[in-house]
Amino acid sequence: MSANPITASAIAKVVSAALAQIAEAADLSKLKAIRGAVVGDQSPIHTMNASLRDLAPEFKAEAGALVGKARGEINAAYAAAEAVFAAAEERAKLAAERVDMTAVATRIPLGARHPLSLLQDQISDIFIGMGWEIAEGPELEHEWFNFDALNFDADHPARAMQDTFFVDPVESHLVLRTHTSPVQVRSLLERELPVYVLCPGRVFRTDELDATHTPVFHQVEGLAIDKGLTMADLRGTLEHFARSMFGPEAQIRLRPSFFPFTEPSAELDVWHPGAKGGARWVEWGGCGMVNPNVLRAAGIDPEQYQGFAFGMGIERTLMFRNDVKDMHDMVEADVRFSQQFGVNL
Amino acid sequence: MRVPLSWLAEYVDIPGDATPESVMAELVKVGLEEEGVYRFELTGPVVVGQVLEFTPEPQSNGKTINWCQVRVAPDGATAADGGADVRGIVCGASNFQVGDKVVVCLPGAVLPGDFRIAARSTYGHISDGMMASARELGLGDDHSGIMRLGELGLDPKVGVDAIELLHLDDSAADVNVTPDRGYCFSIRGIAREYAHATGGEFRDPKGNAHLDQCHGFELSLVDPAPIRGRAGMQRMVLRSVSNIDASRPTPQWMVARLKLAGMRSISLAVDITNYVMLELGQPIHAYDLDKLQGGITVRRAHSGETLKTLDGQVRKLDVEDLVIADASGAIGLAGVMGGESTEVTATTKNVLIESATFDPISIARTARRHKLSSEASKRFERGIDPMMADNAAARVVQLLEVHAGGEAGSLGAEYKQLDPIHPVFLPSGYVASVVGFDFGADEESRVLGEIGCVVAEVEGGLEVLRPSWRPDLTDKSDLAEEVARIGGYDKIPVRLPVAPPGRGLTANQKRRRQVLTALVGAGHTEVLTYPFVSSTQNSWFAGHAQPAVKLANALQSEFGEMRLRLLPGLIEAAKRNISRGLNDLALFEEGSVFLPRGEVKATTLLPAGNQRPTVGELAELKSVIPPQPKHLAVLLTGNRVANQVGQKAVAATYQDALAAVIVAVRAVGAEPVFVQGEGLGFHPGRFAEVYVAETHIGVVGELDPALTMENDLPRRVAAAELNLTALYAVSPNVIQASAIGIMPAATQDLSLLVDVNIPAGVILQTVRQSAGELLENIELIDDYRGETIGENKKSLTFALRFRALDRTLTQAEATEARDKAVSAVAAKFNAQLRA
Repeated sequence: MSANPITASAIAKVVSAALAQIAEAADLSKLKAIRGAVVGDQSPIHTMNASLRDLAPEFKAEAGALVGKARGEINAAYAAAEAVFAAAEERAKLAAERVDMTAVATRIPLGARHPLSLLQDQISDIFIGMGWEIAEGPELEHEWFNFDALNFDADHPARAMQDTFFVDPVESHLVLRTHTSPVQVRSLLERELPVYVLCPGRVFRTDELDATHTPVFHQVEGLAIDKGLTMADLRGTLEHFARSMFGPEAQIRLRPSFFPFTEPSAELDVWHPGAKGGARWVEWGGCGMVNPNVLRAAGIDPEQYQGFAFGMGIERTLMFRNDVKDMHDMVEADVRFSQQFGVNL
Repeated sequence: MRVPLSWLAEYVDIPGDATPESVMAELVKVGLEEEGVYRFELTGPVVVGQVLEFTPEPQSNGKTINWCQVRVAPDGATAADGGADVRGIVCGASNFQVGDKVVVCLPGAVLPGDFRIAARSTYGHISDGMMASARELGLGDDHSGIMRLGELGLDPKVGVDAIELLHLDDSAADVNVTPDRGYCFSIRGIAREYAHATGGEFRDPKGNAHLDQCHGFELSLVDPAPIRGRAGMQRMVLRSVSNIDASRPTPQWMVARLKLAGMRSISLAVDITNYVMLELGQPIHAYDLDKLQGGITVRRAHSGETLKTLDGQVRKLDVEDLVIADASGAIGLAGVMGGESTEVTATTKNVLIESATFDPISIARTARRHKLSSEASKRFERGIDPMMADNAAARVVQLLEVHAGGEAGSLGAEYKQLDPIHPVFLPSGYVASVVGFDFGADEESRVLGEIGCVVAEVEGGLEVLRPSWRPDLTDKSDLAEEVARIGGYDKIPVRLPVAPPGRGLTANQKRRRQVLTALVGAGHTEVLTYPFVSSTQNSWFAGHAQPAVKLANALQSEFGEMRLRLLPGLIEAAKRNISRGLNDLALFEEGSVFLPRGEVKATTLLPAGNQRPTVGELAELKSVIPPQPKHLAVLLTGNRVANQVGQKAVAATYQDALAAVIVAVRAVGAEPVFVQGEGLGFHPGRFAEVYVAETHIGVVGELDPALTMENDLPRRVAAAELNLTALYAVSPNVIQASAIGIMPAATQDLSLLVDVNIPAGVILQTVRQSAGELLENIELIDDYRGETIGENKKSLTFALRFRALDRTLTQAEATEARDKAVSAVAAKFNAQLRA
């Protein structure tokens, strides 16, 4: 009986020769060029595998296993080398696709809300969250709604101090509303009691434009009429409002004052913890208990219902909250002013 | 109200180290808001000097200066600035003599206007200080020469501090007086409030002087047609003072106080009347008694009557004006300003003092009618204390006796018809029910007593008689405010009321936010513009026929109309932005426009404010208010996409305006339809009306280049304006969903050759309607024109997507549907299918 010609050492020789060839290949094309010689039909391992056919049966099983293992080893080495080269090639391709990610284009033009309009929405949302509703009314008003119903007597000096824009002819009794308070009157006339409404909107006074004045500006007023409301409810509401606007450390302070439509009346200061240059008291608005005469003008019995009202300037709020220094910026429609806010405040 | 501290201190205790700031900090607690601080802005050394000798030296420029030797400290003593006792001073004035005591500002002194005094070389001398005029010291307008202290009746020692001597070390606090608290336009009122704020003792200056009764002067009120049923005068006290020397100087302390209080020193008699007004709040008028003709009648002006007032103006009087008249006619506009004919002058010997209480409404109307707001009218309008008339007159008489050498005359008169003061019932528990804090009956009673009320305990509460100086206290709510104001607002507790469950924003409020948010998301920037425009601007888009609201008192007469459209405001905004180098703009504004139905009608209806108007009255009030729909305007110019890496600039065109309209309208769930047309202010070939269903909601296009060029804008500006109120009205409340087909789609392109004038939108609508329900989507993807397809023709290409809900469509089915559309457009528009 002849010896097994496919010895382990012969196989090892073939394997190490093939592995050496694979290792020598420097890139994918060179690897592919030797593919036939190391794993193809002409490769020694293939030839060796084919010669198993002629082997004596008693050697077949052992040699077959050895050759199979060797083939697997060579194929794996080839595949591994191929994968390495393919990955390197792909990386090289990607490297060639490199762009400058800091060369930023502006594909989507960015829009912006005007902060005065945004601030009114933001304040509205605070009160919506408290169950209040938002009321609106015309900017060009009848004098009765703007003055008479609000306890401004026709000859009261407070009426002259308002610096009102009158429509021509003056006897038409039409004015540009000097405050959003006529919306309160309309709310009391039109809504069922109790009433909890917030009235944001545009108002007008005959002030020349300067750093702190504008003839066209915005206010937000609140009105609550219910049974048993007192100044304590006013304070509570204003405190909640102030904290929603200026943070949990905000406080409010009331000082005696006068408005025809409230009695008692107060000026409202807010402790603004985030004020630029340090926390401080800032004059914010006016408030008070609704004057019984205003309720009477709306046909409400002041012995049964009472309530409070408050109001503040949106421009002023934006000025001290967001450090806007000049009124001109708010009224000149320069897009840069809106765009610095975007859709935030 | 400006309150000199030395004056305040006479009637209430204030700390020795009080400053205007510390006084204001107290007053703000009781509702008098801080306005500012006034001081004589000067610091020493400023001393009394004496002119020892002087030499006039004519100068080449024609002026003559005086080279003076002035003693500024006692012989041999060191002067206030540490220098010699006698100084050489160059003086341009020549109204002095050797021996005169004068005010010398020594080197180191600083005068108002940051005028720093130093020894300086001038006209060939070293001038070692300055002799000051009244104006230089901030004491008035007199700059005709230097102050001669002898003329003021002063003979101080040389070297003493002139700042203290002339009361220039005083200062004033300025507080804002609200319209309900007229009594605070006086030192008396402020001192009372200061006492409330601090608990200090108030000493009422009312008691400073009293009058003996006197008679003999004729005085009557004739007012058959009182305004709103109220007589023009409640009270008048007249008193004569004889043999005054009207040419005497006003005492320096009085000049200083008047100046700090904001009033100019005019002459002794006038200064005294002003002084008493400031002290007691009672306006006073003084007549030259010898110029009066007969007695005084207070009456309404006659028709056509005129009066030359103290300011030199001849005024045409209104029959509603209350006047003071003598036999010669009107000699004064009651409570507002005196007349020239009876004015007190330097030669006046005998005066008649008028101390009156006029009706606030009458005075307010006269002051407004004649645009003449005086210190007197300001006080009468707010209501003065009618019980002060005699004390104030007495105080004037007293001061004229002391400072003008006059004698109280026996001639005088009094008219007195005071309105009764009605008690106000303050139920127990009422204050707590309004304020939310129970001060207690004792405290309520104490506070009301402290502010001057007479309080009586009655069953169930307090009966309160207001003081004569508080006409504003007419209701229990006024009393509640007083209790809380003096008791302290800081005692009010904090309680958050619970509103009934709310319904959130209304549908239209939500729609507004959706529209604005969508436009911002699509790259548009919101701006706000004033609604004041010129009639020309209004005519740009609305023509001349549409009436506009005109303002009676516009700030700039040119911009005297209320806007009919928003676009003129955006054109202004674009102009401003471009002038600032911001050329790529996509602006929008949301706001009201003002659209009167016709010319604004004069209506006489103005219901009273003290009760609910009738249903008819309310309807009439609302009917005269012009409709004010909310509009939205969009304006685009420059580049919509800027030149950038990997992308060439894309100019903004009418397509961007169309896109903005689509964004806005779809934001509320509606679908716009564009109908080609022509519109005012727009390019004749680039304009469309915007509809939602059958409702017209706005316009869109490219602005007329003539209009853009006239406004310094680029030739091409795209714009749109929508009536949001109209849009909201046709917006769906609830979107009804369609089933989403998941079977495969069949897509086809459709190219149609049509006449160039047939709008693509119309073709698209026809295709959509005639292709049947299999057509899921249609888009216009090309509009080709060129020689190959012939003149006056265009080729429109649509991308169609067909889908059936229940099966996979075959191309044959899709083609069949497409062909139905083709035949429809062929029949209707003679469109041909292109291969």
